[in-house]
Amino acid sequence: MARVTTGITSSHIPALGAALETGNWNNEYWGPVFEGYQPIKDWIARPENTPDVVVLVYNDHATAFDMNIIPTFAIGCAEKFEPADEGWGPRPVPDVIGHPDLAWHMAQSLILDDFDMCIMNDMKVDHGCTVPLSMIFGEPEAWPCKVIPFPVNVVTYPPPSGRRCFNLGDSIKAAVESFPEDLNVHVWGTGGMSHQLQGPRAGLINKDFDLNFIEQLIDDPETLSKMPHIQYLRESGSEGIELVMWLIMRGALGDKVKDLYRFYHIPASNTALGALILQPEATAGEALEPRSVMSGHSLAA
Amino acid sequence: MPDKKERIDIHKYLAEFEDIPGTRVFTAQRARKGYHLNQFAMSLMKDENRQRFLADEKAYLDEWDLTDAAKKAVLARDYNGMIDEGGNIYFLSKLFSTDRKSFQFAAGSMTGMTQEEYAEMMLKGGRSPEGQRSIKGKY
Ligand SMILES: [Fe+2]
Repeated sequence: MARVTTGITSSHIPALGAALETGNWNNEYWGPVFEGYQPIKDWIARPENTPDVVVLVYNDHATAFDMNIIPTFAIGCAEKFEPADEGWGPRPVPDVIGHPDLAWHMAQSLILDDFDMCIMNDMKVDHGCTVPLSMIFGEPEAWPCKVIPFPVNVVTYPPPSGRRCFNLGDSIKAAVESFPEDLNVHVWGTGGMSHQLQGPRAGLINKDFDLNFIEQLIDDPETLSKMPHIQYLRESGSEGIELVMWLIMRGALGDKVKDLYRFYHIPASNTALGALILQPEATAGEALEPRSVMSGHSLAA
Repeated sequence: MPDKKERIDIHKYLAEFEDIPGTRVFTAQRARKGYHLNQFAMSLMKDENRQRFLADEKAYLDEWDLTDAAKKAVLARDYNGMIDEGGNIYFLSKLFSTDRKSFQFAAGSMTGMTQEEYAEMMLKGGRSPEGQRSIKGKY
């Protein structure tokens, strides 16, 4: 039987990809960010922790989906997904190799569970999908696992509610657990944390909101899932709404989770960055040492 | 009949977005207004289109059903102006990527600060949410 063993959250901002590609990843600005990710890279490189499949929840940033098609929840069912050209030429990273058997199984299971999925067979993936892979697996010739891209609309309003995202996570868990093959499946929630990329309020960062969000995501996601969109917008900036996708990850882990690692950093370009490793409490492994890392301006009072 | 589910009042939901300082939420209304502007930006995902656009911006823009205000804003790289015309930052990112500019450059350009001032603000922890959450509530 396939199992959701782990939830990971990660930033997916394009500047992280650019820092890798220009060799700036260890400079004064980006060094602390890549240092904060190193324990995740080391952890996931251990064979017992390397997933067979990652269900990678992200938002497409006007790449595969333009104004013609705006699916709220989509699932990539293809054999492979090429990195998109977002204006700079495609990111020089390996193709994303899918797991069509599991993806189609999940699509069917989710639809039967009242989530009307949009099934994608020909889709390019943007930085939302490929940057987390680079941050967590580095720069290999090929990604070390299969990946099911799972785009969520958080661009054109209204995005799905936190509640619906949390419930979707629970349905993803059920879908994975009803797949007969023995697979170690991760669900990754990407994007965030607080940030605003537009208008005179651009640059907004809210450390208190972000740290509370992480606490509540771990301990009381049920209450967190009821937070209305307007609160995300006011408190975490207009693009902070991406955080609803973290609730999909959390919903896939069941009631109680253990946090193996937390990393929080300000600023990564325009954003506050958060990265977590969570596991269902009943099957959780050892926490990392140190278990919590803060860096950059997040250390200031 | 089972209990009806609690529904969100759509008018209240949308009205609250107007109460956030310095922010334009990408609602259906804005998406409709900016349809051609955003699709123009999407066209810059193809290298041949980027080359054609850079060679003669005005002529390229004339191929699209854009308002004069939208055209002017594109030519001036006035991102606030483009958002007023219904542009969305993720679509417009294809334009500033064509210019070899970053999200930080584009975001900074909308704040009235210089690039240096904006970068400095981010290093110092970003813009505080204090007083930036609600126009009416002033909190
Ligand atoms: Fe994003």
